[in-house]
Amino acid sequence: MSLWDAIVIGAGPAGMGGAAVLAEHGASVLLVDEAPGPGGQIWRGIETVPDGRARILGPDYMAGRPEAARLRASGAVLAFGTRAWRVEPHGTVWLGDATGLRAERARHVLIATGAMERPVPVPGWTLPGVTTIGGLQILLKREGLLPAGPLALIGSGPLFYLYAAQCLAAGKRDIILVDTGKRTALLTAWRHAARALAGRGPSYLAKGIGLLRQLRRAGVPVHSGAQGVEIERAGDGLTVHFHIRGAWRSLSVSRAALHEGVIPETHLPRSLGCRMEWSAAAAAFHPVRDSDLRVSQPDFYVAGDAGGIGGAKVALLEGQLAAISILESLGRQVDPLLATATRRERRAHLAARPLLEHIYRPRPELLAPADEIIACRCEEVRCGEIRASLAAGCAGPNQLKAFLRCGMGPCQGRTCGPLLAGLTAEMRALPMEDAGWLSIRSPLRPVSVGELADFTGS
Amino acid sequence: MAFIRLDPLPCESSAELFFEDRPMRFAQGDTVAGALLAAGIDTFRQTPVTGAERGPWCLMGVCFECLVSIDGVENQRACMTPARPGMQVRRQTGSRHDAAAAGGDA
Repeated sequence: MSLWDAIVIGAGPAGMGGAAVLAEHGASVLLVDEAPGPGGQIWRGIETVPDGRARILGPDYMAGRPEAARLRASGAVLAFGTRAWRVEPHGTVWLGDATGLRAERARHVLIATGAMERPVPVPGWTLPGVTTIGGLQILLKREGLLPAGPLALIGSGPLFYLYAAQCLAAGKRDIILVDTGKRTALLTAWRHAARALAGRGPSYLAKGIGLLRQLRRAGVPVHSGAQGVEIERAGDGLTVHFHIRGAWRSLSVSRAALHEGVIPETHLPRSLGCRMEWSAAAAAFHPVRDSDLRVSQPDFYVAGDAGGIGGAKVALLEGQLAAISILESLGRQVDPLLATATRRERRAHLAARPLLEHIYRPRPELLAPADEIIACRCEEVRCGEIRASLAAGCAGPNQLKAFLRCGMGPCQGRTCGPLLAGLTAEMRALPMEDAGWLSIRSPLRPVSVGELADFTGS
Repeated sequence: MAFIRLDPLPCESSAELFFEDRPMRFAQGDTVAGALLAAGIDTFRQTPVTGAERGPWCLMGVCFECLVSIDGVENQRACMTPARPGMQVRRQTGSRHDAAAAGGDA
């Protein structure tokens, strides 16, 4: 077992930027990702996408191509199709690929595991034919698949509008937008406007306004201020019900997709016992980081959306910043101007974030849904059962798991975790940071008993 | 509820996998989930608890809703598994023990 200067987990923008800068400065780097190539979710399939599909996905997607080329040229050792299923303090990272299991050790570990979509628990969210909007976008990027027949896009947030515009660019016009954003959020957004107009903020705002204009010009039906979304099966398709200020409407569609923003994927830092923090503005937990993106576990760093949502460009810059800090602790020469410029650029790209968080703040019922709604998809546990357990004295997420099995299924509580915390906070009148969280243990990715049996050690 | 391929399968392409013994053509770069969805299959499994039908939700390896049996190995995430010619993909129905007892996956 060799000792790497750094192991980078996740080959999205943060991991790509971090691994490239480390390797370019002579550090020995191993970059691992489950996918067959670099890009993460945002630049999914960036090295293999056909030109026509790339045009549909737009310039922000294509910005990943030079970064992938830079990574390939950097000399970083790339392990794709590889699961990081256990990470131990002091830098031991357990991996699994088609050839079996192995452990690698590193002086530093950069966690760049990105984001996941916020769970959108509404009646019918478990039906076949109902996916996340991000999931549909991955099918577009990776497989070039576009849903056939009328498609309801339900939710809010930048990706909600972006995917709708990408559908139009691909020639799909039978989309219906059910916008759950709060209209009043725009009226109170002025507090964040000044900051959003600084740095690179205007380019983010211009992109959003451009998307809205495209959708309006194309005449896409938009139902704004929708609440009470419910989805049910209807023959081969689905019916989507919602109301706007009490007036109920129903749509018949072939498929429906939900999206209410993205949140950091925190399983790995949690499994290491990293200190976590609740962001009321982002309505999500993130690991506590210092200005060099170090987390509370010594020699571990978190960069990109896994540390707090900032988008692809911020993630790339954070990966580079963490790499610079790692290089400095390895005693390697780094141009001091590089660190300063990267920090300044990161700040500039974060300028519009408070405004976006304000406009797209999720409704409270997304964290504490109605009783009849399934919270734990794996074990089919409803919010009402969870509330009843809490009312009977259950202390929080880990006891809920023991009593009801919620969080015990194959997704390991990734989906219901935020809901268990949200329901605990509601029922016990606690702030989110005191509501507790499921204890996260390895294996963080599937490992078969056969693989463990075949492991001979090294 | 099917999907349209932006880049149609080339006529000469003969890569096929089998879903419940039915042959299904797929494209280079497809995951098993992509190949099944493109073929119009939305129900990938029935839950162990109530037998409810489920299909892919996140398509990025987080939610484990798209679990299928591939070449006799159960609980594989279809959305993270590259499609390969000749794969035998099967639905998982009810609890894992029941599926084995029924001879569904040997």
